Amino acid sequence: MTTEHTDIVLDAKIPDGPIQEMWDTYRFDTKLVNPSNRRKFDIIVVGTGLAGAGAAAALGEQGYNVKAFTYNDSSRRAHSIAAQGGINAAKNYPNDNDSIFRLFYDTVKGGDYRAREANVYRLAQVSNAIIDQTVAQGAPYAREYGGLLDNRSFGGAQVSRTFYARGQTGQQLLLTAYQALARQVAAGTVELFTRSEMLDVVLKDGRAVGIVTRDLITGEIASHSAHAVVLATGGYSNVYFLSTNAMNCNGTAIWRAYRKGALFANPSFTQIHPTAIPASDEFQSKLTLMSESLRNDGRIWVPKSADETRRPNEIPEEERDYYLERQYPAFGNLVPRDVASRAAMRAVQSGRGVGPLKNGVYLDFADAISRLGRKTIEERYGNLFEMYERITDENPYEVPMRIYPAPHYTMGGLWVDYNLETTIPGLFAAGEANFSDHGANRLGASALMQGLADGYFVLPATISSYLAKWLNKPVVATDDEAFVEVEREVRERIETFLSINGTHSVDYFHRKLGKVMIDECGMSRSREGLERALEEIAQIKRDFWSDLSVLGTNESMNQSLERAGRVADFLELGELMVRDALDREESCGGHFRVESATEEGEALRDDENFAFVSAWQWTDEESPPIRHKEPLTFAYVPLSQRSYK
Amino acid sequence: MDVTLRVWRQLDSASEGRFVTYEADDISSDASFLEMLDTVNERLNDQGEEPIAFDSDCREGICGTCGMMVNGHAHGPQSGTATCQLHMRKFEDGDTIVIEPWRAEAFTVIRDLVVDRSPFDKIIQAGGYISVNIGAAPDAHDTLVARPAAESSMDAASCIGCAACVAACPNSAANLFTAAKIAHLNLLPQGQPERYLRTVAMVETMEEYFGSCRNYGECEKACPKSISIDVIAWMNRDYVAAQWKNLRKQGQQ
Repeated sequence: MTTEHTDIVLDAKIPDGPIQEMWDTYRFDTKLVNPSNRRKFDIIVVGTGLAGAGAAAALGEQGYNVKAFTYNDSSRRAHSIAAQGGINAAKNYPNDNDSIFRLFYDTVKGGDYRAREANVYRLAQVSNAIIDQTVAQGAPYAREYGGLLDNRSFGGAQVSRTFYARGQTGQQLLLTAYQALARQVAAGTVELFTRSEMLDVVLKDGRAVGIVTRDLITGEIASHSAHAVVLATGGYSNVYFLSTNAMNCNGTAIWRAYRKGALFANPSFTQIHPTAIPASDEFQSKLTLMSESLRNDGRIWVPKSADETRRPNEIPEEERDYYLERQYPAFGNLVPRDVASRAAMRAVQSGRGVGPLKNGVYLDFADAISRLGRKTIEERYGNLFEMYERITDENPYEVPMRIYPAPHYTMGGLWVDYNLETTIPGLFAAGEANFSDHGANRLGASALMQGLADGYFVLPATISSYLAKWLNKPVVATDDEAFVEVEREVRERIETFLSINGTHSVDYFHRKLGKVMIDECGMSRSREGLERALEEIAQIKRDFWSDLSVLGTNESMNQSLERAGRVADFLELGELMVRDALDREESCGGHFRVESATEEGEALRDDENFAFVSAWQWTDEESPPIRHKEPLTFAYVPLSQRSYK
Repeated sequence: MDVTLRVWRQLDSASEGRFVTYEADDISSDASFLEMLDTVNERLNDQGEEPIAFDSDCREGICGTCGMMVNGHAHGPQSGTATCQLHMRKFEDGDTIVIEPWRAEAFTVIRDLVVDRSPFDKIIQAGGYISVNIGAAPDAHDTLVARPAAESSMDAASCIGCAACVAACPNSAANLFTAAKIAHLNLLPQGQPERYLRTVAMVETMEEYFGSCRNYGECEKACPKSISIDVIAWMNRDYVAAQWKNLRKQGQQ
């Protein structure tokens, strides 16, 4: 297949009029599919996390024929389940001056002015309906004694707008969406494919007409056709090998779509979460997050002296540096994630890190326990404290926790317009898989909000504008040349993995890639380091394709083979992230270029030259990708340098 | 530390399985149990032997993907802990560790330690939800939920669907799993309209696949979320009540 390298004009299709009225205007103006015609349409949804399960359930309820795919053994599992802290909404129940506009404002500002205003406003608008919906579906949110919903505050906001279910909010919301999906499976509107991994998207006449999957039990390669394809396949933090993402999270679905012509937006915008448990040894398989909500009651500090050897409880108050409270008095321990992460990095780099490897900072609950009592702390964070103790063998009620930043979320993803449609007609992206709402930094408790906003409310409202055009037109048959060709490519690739017969496992290469990515394209990035990373990744890629060892066959469950495909794509995606980081010669949000900093070492944004979305276009194996721009305008949230001092 | 593993290896559901012994030397006591298996797998791969297949995803004890019998205990010896949260410091240097897949007739072995738990999804599809279409919800504060009810509901809702309860049960019963979901929904005011219908549908689907509960209590002991068998009593009460109630009069049929 050839990709045309014409200059693409990115049309975000933002409705006219004041931002407060855009979504209503859009929903009135958009083309509809009437209820009796919906069963004539087939829609594929890939991924059954919050966004995917939400979309599949909502579209099934509307009456479409949905096919939903997950590589997990059940749609009750997805990385959405691991979100701990909560979900934001602009309900203003605590009477502290919150509003839709404030949630919108905080999200644009928190994203360091690299998100699209229209999409973010819509997100804030539907946030309240998400709480209503999930309550009605039975999500057991925390309640006050009067029976009303409880709220808590979260990093990056000065209001309490976060709804939560203990430290398991993601689990409860995913199960809610899973149950809504199960209801549709039983009703016959959704056909669910488990242990089935999408390996490529199929295009005909330039539009998406289906996907090719591999059955993870039998190895069967199969084609599925539909009128539209939705990718809700999550983020790509596992490019770093060590991240807080679940083991199976990968970028293959969006990467394959990118190679077929969907533009990839802001790939270098990744979030390094400030509160994960520091790595303990080289065998570590992943990093475990400690919810950011802990920063509400925990105080972060390191010893003032790099030579400190005493146990934390023996270090007197005046020899501790509560560096966030000192540097950012207005927000203190609740500064946004990127600010907190870089401050921790600087503390460790100054030699004052704590723990046996001196690779962490303290998160101390002693003050909160003496102020509120142990019982209250236990109610708020009991399960997190238990998890911490299980992993580290230390009791955080008695000894301060040790934390350190870890890759956690990717703001970048497939470029989408206001409809959530990619640059391939008929191919949509929802949730973390798209780029649209979080700019260069995501605020806490906003991932669950965006997943459900896209899945429950936005996509089910926008997809009809595309489908209406195809009424009474059959789907492309799976024996069409377009499917046959992609199936052949998929089989050849699998054959290649199995026939290299090299000496190293998939994980060996993945770990190598992860090291380069975290060192050169993590919390801090420099031209020199990024250029070095490009060379190193190219070398790892060459070694991978000549020295990989994948045993076994395609025709049985083969977890090494599954990982081989994912890591092969991560090698290419990592390279694009580095290119994007090189290209963006400013610091913004989670993207910190050392060349673009204030005198105090804070991130320095360059709005004159970089107030745009970078949207990358695949060319071919030999040529570098082409960067397109979607200019960003800020009509409602005036551009300002973020200050949390 | 050095440990000896006896691991169940089975190519697929049609093949015979067998125990294979592996020496796992020089393992960090800070490693998690699954990281120990990762290390063993990497060494196996280097020696030209196919790695041991096992399921895992979040490795934070919340997704319920992992699970295996470790020395005869579902998820291993530590209570309230999923396999991924078990650490090697809970074992002694020189220990022999026997690792098997979940044992239950309803769960087919797919490969090595990986089993098919799809009957759990069938139970949820039978009624483990509240029927409210997306977009049709009233304001969240229209529904008051007494805090103790919300807390008990949340206790039950914390089930991760790992199936340790079934694996631990001498009868391979799925009562704890089923009852936890029924309790989660039946304790909430939002769950009342479908309360009895849900209970009957889920219990009867459960019985198609799984054995009967004899109140051994092994499930509660194995549960990584320590869900109480109280929920089973509540489920039985609602199931019996459903037989006596005229569901049509209740508006539930």
